[in-house]
Amino acid sequence: MKYLMTGNEAVARGVYEAGVTYASAFPGTPSTEILENVVLYKKDITAEWAANEKVALENAIGASVAGARSLAAMKHVGVNVAADPLFTYTYTGVNGGLVLVSADDPGTHSSQNEQDNRYYAKFAKMACIEPSDSQEAKDFIKEAYEISEKFDLPVLFRMTTRTCHSKSLVEFGERDEVGVKEYIKEVNKFIAAPANAKTMHPKVEARTIELEKFSNETKLNRFEWNDKKIGIITSGVAYQYSKEVFGDDVSYLKLGFTYPLPMEKIKKFADEVETLYVVEELEPFIQEHLQIAGIKCIGKEVIPRVGELNPDIIAQAILGEERETVHISDDKKVKRPPTLCAGCPHRGLFFELAKRKDVMVTGDIGCYTLGYTEPLNTIDTVICMGASISMGHGAAKAFERKGIDKKVVTVIGDSTFFHTGINSLITTAFNKSNTVNIILDNRTTGMTGHQENPGTGYTLQGDISEAINIPDLVRAVGIKHVITVNPLELDEVNKALNVAFEFDGPSVIITRWPCALKKFTDLDKEEFDLTRKVYKVDPDECKGCKICIKTGCPALAFDVKSDKAVIDPLQCVGCDVCAQACPFDAIKKVGE
Amino acid sequence: MKKVQNVLLSGVGGQGIILASKVLSVGLIEAGYDVKMSEVHGMAQRGGSVTTQVRFGEKVYSPIIGLGQADILVAFEKMEGGKWLEYLNPNGKMVINDFKIPSAPILAGDVLYPEGIIAEIKTKIDDVIVVDGPGLAEEVGNPKTMNIAIMGSLIKALGLDEIVDWEKVIGKVVKEKFIDVNVKAFNVGMAQVK
Repeated sequence: MKYLMTGNEAVARGVYEAGVTYASAFPGTPSTEILENVVLYKKDITAEWAANEKVALENAIGASVAGARSLAAMKHVGVNVAADPLFTYTYTGVNGGLVLVSADDPGTHSSQNEQDNRYYAKFAKMACIEPSDSQEAKDFIKEAYEISEKFDLPVLFRMTTRTCHSKSLVEFGERDEVGVKEYIKEVNKFIAAPANAKTMHPKVEARTIELEKFSNETKLNRFEWNDKKIGIITSGVAYQYSKEVFGDDVSYLKLGFTYPLPMEKIKKFADEVETLYVVEELEPFIQEHLQIAGIKCIGKEVIPRVGELNPDIIAQAILGEERETVHISDDKKVKRPPTLCAGCPHRGLFFELAKRKDVMVTGDIGCYTLGYTEPLNTIDTVICMGASISMGHGAAKAFERKGIDKKVVTVIGDSTFFHTGINSLITTAFNKSNTVNIILDNRTTGMTGHQENPGTGYTLQGDISEAINIPDLVRAVGIKHVITVNPLELDEVNKALNVAFEFDGPSVIITRWPCALKKFTDLDKEEFDLTRKVYKVDPDECKGCKICIKTGCPALAFDVKSDKAVIDPLQCVGCDVCAQACPFDAIKKVGE
Repeated sequence: MKKVQNVLLSGVGGQGIILASKVLSVGLIEAGYDVKMSEVHGMAQRGGSVTTQVRFGEKVYSPIIGLGQADILVAFEKMEGGKWLEYLNPNGKMVINDFKIPSAPILAGDVLYPEGIIAEIKTKIDDVIVVDGPGLAEEVGNPKTMNIAIMGSLIKALGLDEIVDWEKVIGKVVKEKFIDVNVKAFNVGMAQVK
């Protein structure tokens, strides 16, 4: 029996079959569904959401030191957050095997950059494995644990959006009940103090040489000999694209183990084929190694370095095949940008904030990043998780020194605040800036699809947990002015902004209302009035001023023919924000 | 079927495209095809364009296709159909839902929803099947079954109606209380294609 699975589901299955007993992650597209599927095996595996990726990896390292096979999973930029423990755990080595899944996002489908995390393997001196489809994702995970324990190091398991989110057929195996290894206190191994680290580094270099030998032997790196006029070295989903284009007409060196590279196998392959191509997504990671070894090849000279590949791009690059296409004329296309949903609790805050002039608004990563788009146009910057509060502080200090009277507002979601925003706020409270810091508490991790977080009161495994009290937390770090508002009440929001703007010192406003798409928990139902209402525009009262349209609600439309606003009753959830925005009281609750 | 068939499904977040693609994929697997499918997650879903790709045949390598490679383009929303037209092989087929979902600039009253999309597509593609999705869903009595009705049209257009018992496939994919209404929608959709 074969199952159609995404790569993420297959990784979860592989983790189960590998006998893993501990897994930790922070949600991030395209990696999120890995832990959401690992938790299906909660009888055998403890699966948890951590506050951020560094914590997730450290949790997994702790479990590994204790003797368990453990997993940490994250999106590519999450590895930046987790880099600190990573670069030293590659020195100490493991007890139970440890695999770090890095889900890269070529094409930036849902990310702020398209970094190629294979470089982390080289930089941190660890093994790198790249699957090309779901079956390999499952099978290679099991190999990764064997390699981790055999060579005493963590393994970087590099996925991409397509290997994570495409589905292909997977055949299951049994779970290896490897158990949990014995924990023995070994201070020379697990205390990376300078004296120990000095002795670890040469061992790491020796291990890398052993790993390269393994790379030349493992079946993860294999030849597919066909006609030898063209030879292709490729890894990850680029292998599938290449097979699609060339089928069995060319020879392949298919790499599943991409650091250290199998240089002997590569040399042999290069000697046998007439023209050698390296087909890889994003950076010339493999190609650079060939160039250093003096092996002639064609790679990024023809294969794009930017964006996601597909078979057509490869066919064009190597064969010069231009495919015939037809297009619709430009006047029949209108952009369809993502928008905040109908009833989104962020809308009320952005609608009021947008009215303030001469402010700088530093934003963060989440659905509320969309606060920068038309018609809300409120956010000035988005860099990375947690940066809103810390960048805002730096900007406020810069303005202050230059004598510029510009208010700085920072905007961050609840999950992102717990991720790294809290560190930023501690620094703001410590060094005191007059920033207005707004925490958008929508009672969930919204953009990645409603994961639990330390503020929701529930864990990934469905257990009841302590919910962080955000007002208490921010007071405890030294914020003197803290207020919680209902973001669906525009007056309340506006008053809170007025007071915070006048306050001397850093302030925090918490907007607290659950995400409109969330499956409401018992706690939510207790706290909020979540009965669904529907609103309508009274055409006799509507003056066509379009102020309601400035809320950017997708349930609202402006009908050019009648010069009036209209509400789509199927989409409206009755948040009341447009009704409050309307200066003519033309928007009313249906049935009133 | 030796040659791999490429299906591109396009529409708007919330239209049930991923579920519809799942019905297709499950049926194809049961019929013994190798199948790969690709979908989009994350921010792209927040009211934006959504596409999925289903590829099937004896042996499928790539989960995605490039420009001009789709054998059949299914548009659950007509402006999206126009936008993704460049992915359709000019000799391929199109199934297009005569249904509008205005995007943000249209809702704001800044631009009008473009007229004449289907007429223009017909000048460029010979084989265009226009489906009255909202009409079909109304016939069935549930607007949320539009996605499965369109799948019915697609499966008929691909000549796959006999490969498996699609009613059983739908039974496996959708929630139990919605099976009957979706089976009805599927059959209504199939009847649209001669």
